[in-house]
Amino acid sequence: MSSTAQSSSAWSNLEAPRAASDVRLSVEQVSYAYSANPAQAPLFTLEANSFQARAGEIVAILGPNASGKSTLLKIIAGALEPLSGRVLLDGFVTHTLAPRARAQRIAMVQQESPLLFPSHAWEFVLQGRHAYGRSLRFENENDIIIARNALAQVGAEHLSDRWMSEISGGEKQRVILARALAQQPLLLLLDEPTLHLDIGAQVDLLATLRRLAAENRYTVVVVTHELNLAAEYADQVVLLHKGKSLRVGSPASVYQRDLLEQVFHTPLTVEQGPNGRPRVNLLLSP
Amino acid sequence: MRPLTLQRLLFQCSILAVILFVVVVIALRLGAVQISLYGLGHDLISVLLRQTNQLSSDYAMIVIEIRLPRILLAIVVGASLAVAGTSFQALLRNPLADPYVLGVSMGAALGAILALIAEPHLALPVWLAALFTPLGAFLGAAGAIAAVYFLGLRDGQIDSGTLLLAGIISSSFLSAIIMFLLTTLTGRDFRGMAFWLMGDLSSSLQSSLRWVLGVGFMVATGAIYTTAADLNLLLAGEKEAMHLGVDVRRVRLVVYIAASILTGLAVSVSGAIGYVGLLVPHVMRLLFGSDHRILIPTAAFGGAIAVVIADTLARTVVAPSELPVGAMTALVGAPLFIYLLRRRIA
Repeated sequence: MSSTAQSSSAWSNLEAPRAASDVRLSVEQVSYAYSANPAQAPLFTLEANSFQARAGEIVAILGPNASGKSTLLKIIAGALEPLSGRVLLDGFVTHTLAPRARAQRIAMVQQESPLLFPSHAWEFVLQGRHAYGRSLRFENENDIIIARNALAQVGAEHLSDRWMSEISGGEKQRVILARALAQQPLLLLLDEPTLHLDIGAQVDLLATLRRLAAENRYTVVVVTHELNLAAEYADQVVLLHKGKSLRVGSPASVYQRDLLEQVFHTPLTVEQGPNGRPRVNLLLSP
Repeated sequence: MRPLTLQRLLFQCSILAVILFVVVVIALRLGAVQISLYGLGHDLISVLLRQTNQLSSDYAMIVIEIRLPRILLAIVVGASLAVAGTSFQALLRNPLADPYVLGVSMGAALGAILALIAEPHLALPVWLAALFTPLGAFLGAAGAIAAVYFLGLRDGQIDSGTLLLAGIISSSFLSAIIMFLLTTLTGRDFRGMAFWLMGDLSSSLQSSLRWVLGVGFMVATGAIYTTAADLNLLLAGEKEAMHLGVDVRRVRLVVYIAASILTGLAVSVSGAIGYVGLLVPHVMRLLFGSDHRILIPTAAFGGAIAVVIADTLARTVVAPSELPVGAMTALVGAPLFIYLLRRRIA
């Protein structure tokens, strides 16, 4: 990995107390409750969660299904109003921002909805510029340059004139990421971006994220099931279980055998990789 | 990369405007009485110069007083239906949505009929009396689309098949109520109403209603057009649109009200003309792409062209008798609809 030196320096910084001015994203004691009926007890609760992240940092949210990962991500995105607490992004409370102001600061990559009508990759990427135009503006030279750069940054220039319906899953994920980059966000959120990708494309995507976070100083929050990829690429890990954040910190501090076995209900071992990052091996009974 | 520019938009709209002009000229000539191109030009210029006393032929009356208003009505109705159809397709994320298929036209028709029945009993001031039918049609349209929307929900999501079925069921239910109401009317009214229900452009409008129609069309279409870029993103899904900076609730509200106004106005003056709102946006998408900034104006021109042609055929193929224009659009539209449906499933 080319950025080993850089990430290990980010590593040591993690242990030091953070200066408040460094912090870009601050999740402060947010909680949430879903219920079918306000009179009834909530079906799902997210307990108070806190963590902070700086520019250029990658935070991975891990946890089993229904542990509240996506809910937490939606609250960070400002799409859900937390029951208590707040999320601050450069001093703004995310859920109180107007949609346009929010889209200029926060980009979300989520499971794609099916396209109703055919669209070119470049049209798709230009959608990321929507928050910067007035309602009836036509895209200008500047938007086109930004969209081109976004495609180039994810290595997808060659896909520009292809139809979205004709490209592979991995290529599509790159174009969707390019659309998020075209928003020129401070905060890049990804909801299970590696789902449906083969292992090569998964590594590719996370390496791209690592590079982009370093180059463009994005703060990245990614929800994922890939424990080993998260350990390899994340600066911080938030481990959720039944709506409760069990531990927040560096992968090495969160990846404890007992803890992971208890959360994921499967026997496993944790070993230290050559670069100091933990690695999880499943112990499958024959 | 070839993003939409204002020049391209204006160029493509002007092509359609020329086609519309040619169609209008042909439509003015055709009919039970044939009129020469020279006579037609002379008459129209006379009217434009307000020298109505110099009209060249005895037939000028037919052209200016009968055919021209009817063609203008066809233009506004066609454009309204096509823009409403385009909006419903984007709003409901369903390429088969249109005011007729969704039962919105029948809702508007019921609203208009209720207004017509109620009006003589209400002693309204004159200005309100003229507005009363379109208002009833608008409320009927808005009520119908709200009902169909909620019937089409499944687990909080719009389900394409359920939505269309809900539209068809609502449409037949509303028709039954309309039939019940019509039988309470006297015989002569019944025939006129039944004809109107099938779509009919032959009725002459009061001038106040013409103003309501024209202004309403401009305002509602303008309102929808301000959301054109948002609609492009809304097609990608509401959640995604929100994260890209679209105020989804505002856009939904604006488009919902404006599309109901367009449908209500069109139905209150011309009855339920089917398939225009469905097929015109499709054809325009094939020709010009699915960007709503170009789709909405081209659909307006396309709808106008389609309804002028359909109405011209409706009043000429069985001349001196007439077909309802809705029968004409259904004859062409229904098979095309089936074709699109099959292609979508395949």
